[in-house]
This record gives sequence, C-alpha cells and structure tokens, in this order.
Amino acid sequence: MKEEIIKLDKVDKNYILGDSIVKAVRNASLTIRKGEFIAIVGPSGSGKSTLMNLIGALDLATKGRIFLEGKDIEHLEESELAVIRGNKIGFVFQTFNLIPTLTALENVTLPMVFQGFSKEERIERATELLKDVGLEERMKHLPGELSGGERQRVAIARALANNPDVILADEPTGNLDSKTGKHILEILKDLNKKGKTIIIVTHNLEMARKVDKIIKIKDGKIVK
Amino acid sequence: MKDFFFLAFNNLKRRKLRSWLTILGIFIGIAAVVSLISLGQGLQSFIHEQFEQVGGNKILVSPKTMMGMAGSATEEELVLTEDDLKAIRSVTGVEGAEGIVTRNSIISYKKESEVVMVAGMSEEYVEIFGNIDALKIIEGRQLRDSDKSNIVVGYNHIFGNLWDRKLKIGDDLEIKGKEFEIVGVLKKQGNPADDNAVWMEKETFRDLFDVGDNEGTITVKVKEGFNPDKVAEEIKEELRDERNEEEEQETFSVQTFSQLLETFNDIFAVVQVVLIGIAAISLLVGGIGIMNTMYMAVLERTKEIGTMKAVGAKNSDVLLIFLFESGLLGLVGGAIGIALGIGIGKAVEYIATAQLGTPYLQAVFGFPLIIGALIFSFIVGCLSGILPALQAAKLKPAEALRYE
Repeated sequence: MKEEIIKLDKVDKNYILGDSIVKAVRNASLTIRKGEFIAIVGPSGSGKSTLMNLIGALDLATKGRIFLEGKDIEHLEESELAVIRGNKIGFVFQTFNLIPTLTALENVTLPMVFQGFSKEERIERATELLKDVGLEERMKHLPGELSGGERQRVAIARALANNPDVILADEPTGNLDSKTGKHILEILKDLNKKGKTIIIVTHNLEMARKVDKIIKIKDGKIVK
Repeated sequence: MKDFFFLAFNNLKRRKLRSWLTILGIFIGIAAVVSLISLGQGLQSFIHEQFEQVGGNKILVSPKTMMGMAGSATEEELVLTEDDLKAIRSVTGVEGAEGIVTRNSIISYKKESEVVMVAGMSEEYVEIFGNIDALKIIEGRQLRDSDKSNIVVGYNHIFGNLWDRKLKIGDDLEIKGKEFEIVGVLKKQGNPADDNAVWMEKETFRDLFDVGDNEGTITVKVKEGFNPDKVAEEIKEELRDERNEEEEQETFSVQTFSQLLETFNDIFAVVQVVLIGIAAISLLVGGIGIMNTMYMAVLERTKEIGTMKAVGAKNSDVLLIFLFESGLLGLVGGAIGIALGIGIGKAVEYIATAQLGTPYLQAVFGFPLIIGALIFSFIVGCLSGILPALQAAKLKPAEALRYE
C-alpha cells in the first residue's frame, strides 16, 4: 500500500446562499494514495466541485477533518494554505484560467513567482515544462493567440511549475473537442506514469473509465 | 517585489484607455500643485530679493488714503508737510529723511501727449538712498537741486515705445506749459508706471503743480545700530504730537520694510493655502478616480484573483499587486503632472517676462519639489488603492474561482 496523500474524514461543507443553507458535501470520507489516478464523477450540482475545492485546500470544511500528507489543514491560516496550494497541488481548470495579459511562458512562471524563485530558475523550468507539453514554439504567445488545446497544455505546464505531487483537474477536457480532449488526457496519464497523483473531476463517464479508481458523488454524498 | 511591479504594470497596460483617464485625474492636480508652488516660490524669492536690496533699515511714512477714513478728514489734513519732515528728522535714530511728491500729469513731446507719473525729488534723497535700483542712471546724469528746467526720465522714453520716435538726452518735454530738457535715463524697472515716469527737482515740482510744502511720501533711513521698528514707533509718537492727533486716529501711517515684508508674507501664505487647497481638492477627486478604477478592476478580475490564489498567491501577494497597480497610476500621473506643471510654470514665467519686461516671476523648480510631488502622487495612488486591494486580498479562492 502506498502512502496516503489526501484523506477526508467525515467532511461536511455547507454554503449559505441567501437565507438557505446548501449542504454541498455531506459526511464524505475518502483516501487518496500517492500515484493514484482518480476520477470524481457526478452530475452537475452533485457537489463534486466543492469536493475538489476541499481536496485542493481552496476551501475549508464546515465539519470533519481534511489531511494533506497526514497534516490536518483545518486550523491553518490563509497564507499557509496558499503555500500548500502553491507547492503541493497543481490546478487545471475547465476554463483554463490563464492570465490573459501574460505570455504562455509568464503564465507558467507565475506559481514560482509566489514561491520566490529567481527569474533565471523560473524561466529555465517553465521553458522545460512547455517543451514537455510540445509548446516550445508558442512560449511568447498570449493565451488569446492560442487554441483551446494549447491553452490547456499551458495550464498543465503551469500546474507542474512547483513540481507538486498532486494534480487536480476540474473538467480538464470540458471545453475541448474530443480529439484534443484525448490528447490532454494522454498527457495527464503520462504524468501519472511519472509518479504524479492525478485527480480528475468530471461528469464524463467515458473519460472516467480510463482511470484507476472512480469516486461517485451524488447529492453531496459519496456513493462509490 | 519586482515581479509584482511587472504584474501590476501588465494589468495597467491591458486597459490602456481606462488607465490613462484615471491618470488624467491625478496629473491635473499634481500639475496645479507643482506650477503653483514653483511660481509662488519664485515670486516670494523675488520679493525678498527686492526687500533686501531696498534694505531693512528704511521706514516709509505716508498719509493715509481717503479710503477707510472718517468722513470728517479733509484732503489738507492728509498731507505730509515740511513740518512733519522736520519732526521726523528730529527723532533719535533717524539718519536722514526725504519726501517724494508725485502727480499724474499730461506731458507732451512735439504734437504727442501722454499721461505719466511726474515725481519731485531733492538731491538729498539721492544722497541718502542713491544706492537703490529704482534710482540707477544708465545714461546721462542724476538730478541736482540746481536743475530748475531739467528732468530725468524712465527707461521707456529713450529705449521703449512711449513716443513715436525714441527720445535722447537733450530732447525737450513739455509739462504743464513748461519745457524741460532730459539729462538722464533711469534703469528699466519692468513696470510701465516707473518706466514711463518723469523726475524733476522737488521745489520746481511744487511750483509747477502748486502743492505748497507737500512732501508726498517720506522715506526714512535709520542709523546703524537702531532698531527700525522702535524708531518707527518713535516717529509715530512724534508725528502725533506735532499734528495733534489721537492714537489710533492718525491720518498718516508709518511702516518699516520688515513690517511690509511681514504683511506680504501673511497675504502670500493665505493665497498659497487657498491655491494649494484647490489643488488638493482636484487631487482628492483624482484619488477617488483611482479608487473607482481599482474597484472595477477587482470585480473584473475576481476569477483571475482566484486563479492566482489557487497557484499559491498569498493574500499579501494579491494585496501588493493591487497596491502597486494603484500606486503606479499615481506615480505615472505624478510624473506627467510634474512635467506639465513645469511647462505651465515656465509658460507663465515667459508670458510674465514678455509682459513686464523684467523677470519678476521666475518659476523655481527645486529638487525637493519634484521628488516630493512624485512621492506624494505615489502615496495618493496607494492610499486610494488600499480599500480595493484589501477587498481583492480577502476574496475566498473557491468563491473567486466560481465568479463569472
């Protein structure tokens, strides 16, 4: 058995929406081990995005405990959570979320800026990462000048910038055609082979079939 | 830090028009501050120079003007006479005192006529105060008491365009039906009143204008070692006794130059405060403009802020990026404002010099003014950006990412 990297223990997450309380995640427990390739699957509104936010330390639980590499993140300051996100987790979003004013290269260096790497180190590493995703010719282009698939590859390179153990991808192929989507999935699989823990959030069951383990979620509850 | 600056700059570049409009709000204020302060400093240093040249050891005694006087006072009482002059000379600490009488009069050269100031002055006045700028002869000679039909003229008669033909030493001017020969020209003063003036011997003036023993305005020179303010007080007492006037009811005023300078400084300070106040209001408006722009930027870039936080930006990082952004708006506005302010200052200086002939109004741009204005504009930018930046920093990453 590989070591546990993320563990949720009876986690609730409630939102206040106007006057009502939305119970987005209820009594969720799960364990993710190092090197796993996991899909969190569920229909829209099932709470899978909330679950991803919790796993990615973007949000804190209302109840229950979340462990990252055995460390309880519940009582951490926002700035400490930021450091964890920056170092341990790489995010890939459905809408890519690149900074439109920065070139592909600058977008990839951004996470390293917040970790205080020197400019030379940043550019060297970012160049290498962009080469790995086949974008060395497009490094100086702005996101607006890139195709969807290229943008998502930049986003993957950005997610890898600080060499995190976990890649969290929220519908990474949702805005791409099926061919490009497959290519992105290949890249993620490749990363998994190299030892990264990959967690994909999706409602696409076909895509989910290609992973090691599926976590199904419905109405905020994990149903396996 | 440098990287945050780069990020901030990048964001400003993205919305060029909005950034420039925001900057416009700041640089108008800064330009106003810079030009006003520079011209103010220039004017002040000019006046101080003038006072220094005239000397702090002089006292000015003049009849009070009709304005503000009780209705009972007649013209005659408001005149300083030879008796008054004698009384002033008798005060201890007075080295010398002389009056200058002036009237506006028509003077003619051939068929042309002009209305100018004619002044009567004794040789003694030149002896006592001869070192002052206003009495410097640049051609010919100064007046003597024996000059019964000679005059000294202002700069414009000989070198300016007062007459159709430029006059020269030896030409005759007609004043009240009498011919006077020009024997000297005074240095350029830069104002028409002085540069068009005509000076003659005091007794001749009195006969010509029929003003009896009127002394006009009396200038007093204080002996070295005496305090001008104290001597001025004694002159006041002496004149009160001599003219039988009550305290606070005097029909004359005694002023030292240091008092004049003080009065000037007081007025100047008030004017300065009012002008700077107006400029400050425009800066405040500019600052609100920055705040507005920044709030919009936070709203627009909510998702971007969420992304930055997801990739490891701490609250303080986001705060700094936004603060730099607003500070940069202020700084650029300040830099342009300073350039514009210098331009306005220099333009005013140029116009004033062209109008007046002498450099009365020189815009002074000290290093502290420029650096101060730059720092100030940066601070205005940062202060205006604090609230929006705090809002950006406090955004919850999960919520910010969801924002559409």
